[in-house]
Amino acid sequence: MYVYNDFDETFVRTRVAQFRGQVERRIDGSLTEDEFKPLRLMNGLYLQLHAYMLRVAVPYGTLNPAQMRQLAMIADRWDKGYGHFTTRQNIQYNWPKLGDVPDMLEALADVGMHAIQTSGNTIRNVTADHFAGAAADEIEDPRAIAELLRQWSTDHPEFQFLPRKFKIAVTGAAADRAVTRAHDIGLVVVRNDAGEVGYQVIVGGGLGRTPMVGKVLRDFVSKADLLPYVEAIVSVYNLLGRRDNKYKARIKITLHENGIETIRDLVEDRFNAIRAGFGGYDQTLLAEIEKSFAPPAFVTKATDGYEAARLANPAFRSWTDTNLSAHKAAGYAIVSISIKKHGATPGDATSDQMRVMAELADRYGHGELRISHEQNVILPHVHQSDLPAVYAALRKADLATANIGLASDIIACPGMDYCALATARSIPIAQQIATRFDELKIEHDVGPLKIKISGCINACGHHHVGHIGILGLDRAGVENYQITLGGDGSEMTTIGERAGPGFSADDIVPAIERLVTGYLDLRRDPSETFLQTYRRLGLAPFKTLLYPSEDKADAA
Amino acid sequence: MPPRFTPKVVTANALLDGDAVWLTEDDHWSPLMSRAELITDEAHADLRLLQAKARASEIAGAYLADARLGADGPEPVHFREAFRTRGPSNYPHGKQVETPPQT
Repeated sequence: MYVYNDFDETFVRTRVAQFRGQVERRIDGSLTEDEFKPLRLMNGLYLQLHAYMLRVAVPYGTLNPAQMRQLAMIADRWDKGYGHFTTRQNIQYNWPKLGDVPDMLEALADVGMHAIQTSGNTIRNVTADHFAGAAADEIEDPRAIAELLRQWSTDHPEFQFLPRKFKIAVTGAAADRAVTRAHDIGLVVVRNDAGEVGYQVIVGGGLGRTPMVGKVLRDFVSKADLLPYVEAIVSVYNLLGRRDNKYKARIKITLHENGIETIRDLVEDRFNAIRAGFGGYDQTLLAEIEKSFAPPAFVTKATDGYEAARLANPAFRSWTDTNLSAHKAAGYAIVSISIKKHGATPGDATSDQMRVMAELADRYGHGELRISHEQNVILPHVHQSDLPAVYAALRKADLATANIGLASDIIACPGMDYCALATARSIPIAQQIATRFDELKIEHDVGPLKIKISGCINACGHHHVGHIGILGLDRAGVENYQITLGGDGSEMTTIGERAGPGFSADDIVPAIERLVTGYLDLRRDPSETFLQTYRRLGLAPFKTLLYPSEDKADAA
Repeated sequence: MPPRFTPKVVTANALLDGDAVWLTEDDHWSPLMSRAELITDEAHADLRLLQAKARASEIAGAYLADARLGADGPEPVHFREAFRTRGPSNYPHGKQVETPPQT
């Protein structure tokens, strides 16, 4: 894993000291809120409904155990003993006191972390496939390039005041686990005909008010050209992007309004103009970074114990069926720890749970942890022979829910329980849906199903790419939930279709239940997933499930 | 005829801990909405908001929120403002458990 060098360390410490001074001046009255707000946002500090919120970047979702333990310490010392993992692979603290934030940032700096550029119209935390470096289907670990992008984008003087926020995601495999097509820039590691590793560059994806699927700007950019090429894109956007209307300021609109050919030509011109200026230094840096992402020393051990445990313990077997993914090394598995216990808040982990996960990473996971954009925690490298022990420890910590990829593995933004921008609550809806599916005991039969909930049109909960998406709105002073169907965040990214009128908070859970139980009757056989069935049949039969009384009214 | 003015309260977040607070008639910031000054006149509301915003060292983000008179004083009209009087619904955190001092 990458470890801060002297430059990173000095930069982050200097920023903490600056922010400490800014907080002091805000508290003593020498800075007004209008003056202070852009400064606190640059350092990830928001003011929400009930308190401040500190958003800490987890670069490309990678943590080591010491960092996870520090996150737990921060939660205990300055918050309420828990943290919320988000869809940008960040962690948010919901209750910090203004005067404590500089100390929290100092504690983060102690383990090579920060909250810089987790807000504002800048390049945000670069996200990556949470199985990076472990996935069996991966061409190359995307984290080295993600780290290079982090270093390049952090405090980049040209890109501190972009027209709007800018999000980059990288994935190393064809199976897109990083939603790259819903990012301002999505990078997919590919091989060209000559067998060289490079990147497919996708631009102009995004969810929010105007959801759009990204378009391929270039099929192949070599590793050596990537940084100047990405800089050229952001540079073109910086000049061309609209600043007159914040709802039209994202690059997806710039692309839509100017056309991809125009953008492509401008980017190529800019790329040719700046390419020489990089002088190869970025490649020297990248080579250094790549060393720190060398794979761990995988071991060879017998796996008989694992097979025996699977046979002996049905609960363990069920967990291995849902929560494990294929690893590139023989005898290893990728463990997804569900932070989605039925009825709990999606993405929340207590400090005790964080410490347990850190301990497991130390003992059984080659010292690595990942945060997924689906708000779960990953142990990327666990030998199969250690899985029974890992499972037993997770069970003790209330972390052994076997629901990864199932109906109760719901993404939910904080919604109006915390967020000042929200128009309705998300968390209680997620809690109720998960609880209901647990009561029905059908989610394993239902199979892969992604339900995603956002509490406002900004779509932090990725509802547009949920197989079932739920958007919470304020309709005449009452919470109302709109359903979209058929969305997909994979390499086949699709924006979901709006199903019809919204539902009240009381009616939304029964509506989702009708959809899912109804799907069981619609599917061709148990192997046809909800999304496949939707693609085969279209909206109509699902609409009938959602609005049965209207059908009767029509018939009458 | 201009539309009827909906009564308002001035609300904000306390500077140090971010807790929701309301402006009282005697110029205190109370953590209880029921202690807020219920403003029924538009011009007075604008004036009180200006005065509130000037108190930068005590609060952040002051705004006018719709309110109505209840049994114990002003009550929220919109659910967002109701949540601000209680705290989040997923944990017993915030005002719903931290009984605020009587100010």
